Amino acid sequence: MTRPTPRTPGAELPKHPTHLWNSPEPRRHYDVVVVGGGGHGLATAYYLVKNHGITDVAVIERGWLAGGNMARNTTIIRSNYLWDESSNFYDHALDLWEGLEDDLEYPILFSQRGVLNLAHTLQDVRDSRRRVEANRLNRVDAEWVDADGVKEICPIVNTSDDIRYPVLGATYQPSAGIAKHDYVAWGFARKAAEAGVHLIQDTQVTGFLTEGDRVTGVRTSRGDIGAGRVALAAAGRTATLTDELGIRIPIQSHPLQALVSELLEPVHPTVVMSNAVHVYVSQAHKGELVMGAGVDAFNGFGQRGPFHIIERQMAAAVELFPVFARAHLLRTWGGVVDVTPDASPIVGLTPYENLFLNCGWGTGGFKATPGIGDTFAHTVATGTPHPLVAPFALDRFVSGRLVDEHGAAAVAH
Amino acid sequence: MQLIDCPWCGPREENEFGYGGEAHIAYPENPAELDDTEWAHYVFFRDNPQGAFAERWVHTVGCRRWFNAVRDTVTYRFLAVYPIGAPRPDVPVLAPRASAPAAASPDHDAHAVAALEPTDAR
Repeated sequence: MTRPTPRTPGAELPKHPTHLWNSPEPRRHYDVVVVGGGGHGLATAYYLVKNHGITDVAVIERGWLAGGNMARNTTIIRSNYLWDESSNFYDHALDLWEGLEDDLEYPILFSQRGVLNLAHTLQDVRDSRRRVEANRLNRVDAEWVDADGVKEICPIVNTSDDIRYPVLGATYQPSAGIAKHDYVAWGFARKAAEAGVHLIQDTQVTGFLTEGDRVTGVRTSRGDIGAGRVALAAAGRTATLTDELGIRIPIQSHPLQALVSELLEPVHPTVVMSNAVHVYVSQAHKGELVMGAGVDAFNGFGQRGPFHIIERQMAAAVELFPVFARAHLLRTWGGVVDVTPDASPIVGLTPYENLFLNCGWGTGGFKATPGIGDTFAHTVATGTPHPLVAPFALDRFVSGRLVDEHGAAAVAH
Repeated sequence: MQLIDCPWCGPREENEFGYGGEAHIAYPENPAELDDTEWAHYVFFRDNPQGAFAERWVHTVGCRRWFNAVRDTVTYRFLAVYPIGAPRPDVPVLAPRASAPAAASPDHDAHAVAALEPTDAR
């Protein structure tokens, strides 16, 4: 019998490119200034070029490109949200993900390996089945699978009935998956830079220049920069910026921790999430188990969180996946997520006619990346909210038309 | 894990506590007079500062009593702990307490020193 050839983890990953974009000196004025050089800011710049022919654009980032939550998330992509507003938006994003590698002419390692959202109680089962039916009405590929079905899709899940939170079944979205977050950011940045977009790093936006009900530019740590339109994509720091304009944003910033194990042979074929026991797991292309938790309870901007959250997350992971018990933890980290009262994002217009909002994605911003880039660019370019993001306007907190996605957000907020 | 100085029980580990968000949000004095915007701001809108933040905590697995704290949201250090109903203190005030643990170990030592300063056990 021949032994299988040893597999080198990561061998199939594309090599890192030596050069992706320039670091230009900022000009004194741009048609559009995008505040925040994360996935959303870069994608917005890309679609401003691609769909609207607007190339006089600067993306201003206080640190380095995609060094915030884009570098800290668990890379899960899915569209199995409950409400029409959300599933329509995220499904549009998923459509774009499917063509993104060709579009960017850059590898993003989008892998549609499916996602299971586990149900552990009778009420979970009812809620899950309701979500599956709602998804199907929105043409999202969702199905209900029982515990045996879970075992078939992901054999390492513990489906025995003698654990504290037994797996009673799951919703399954086969078209969901993961992508390589760094490559996604680099792909957008490279294409935008090629088209003439200025990617300006190490430059903090500290405020705005205004004239009546218009914003005329941004104040930055490298001087004032004029802007025809300003698009905010600064996540949890948005409210800090808009406070001085008298625009209050209902965001609370929380740490959200994640971690990876050492590299392992392929053992985990899909993505498994559990809202009830606060862990979600996939296996990265190189072989690390990537796991996330629920958000830490307190407000925090420290990009780290308390250890007991990790301890709980590990306890849940080992109960659900006994095979992980001897895996070594390689590293842990925290991101800062901007959580809104209804766990849905805030996108759209502001009282300043040329200032546009994009924030409040909480724990779910990565999966939205091409979708928000496309729809936010439309909103900024036309001055009219794209129909897919119109329901997510700031005024919903006054009108009461909330898009309450605490359940389908899949992470306890 | 950070120690939090419960005003009634003394320093206890962070996972004994629950979080209640921003403190000092007063129920409207004349609720019938509020319009939708004012209600929205009372119900949904909270401050989100990077730095000192007055917030509510509850000692869930101890005395089960609520209290207020001023905490730095960047370093996570508690700058002050004070009872519900008391005004927000201007400056960090963590008075040394009679129940502070004796300096029996390096950790306790560090805490006894830190009792005058913000607590930080991380």
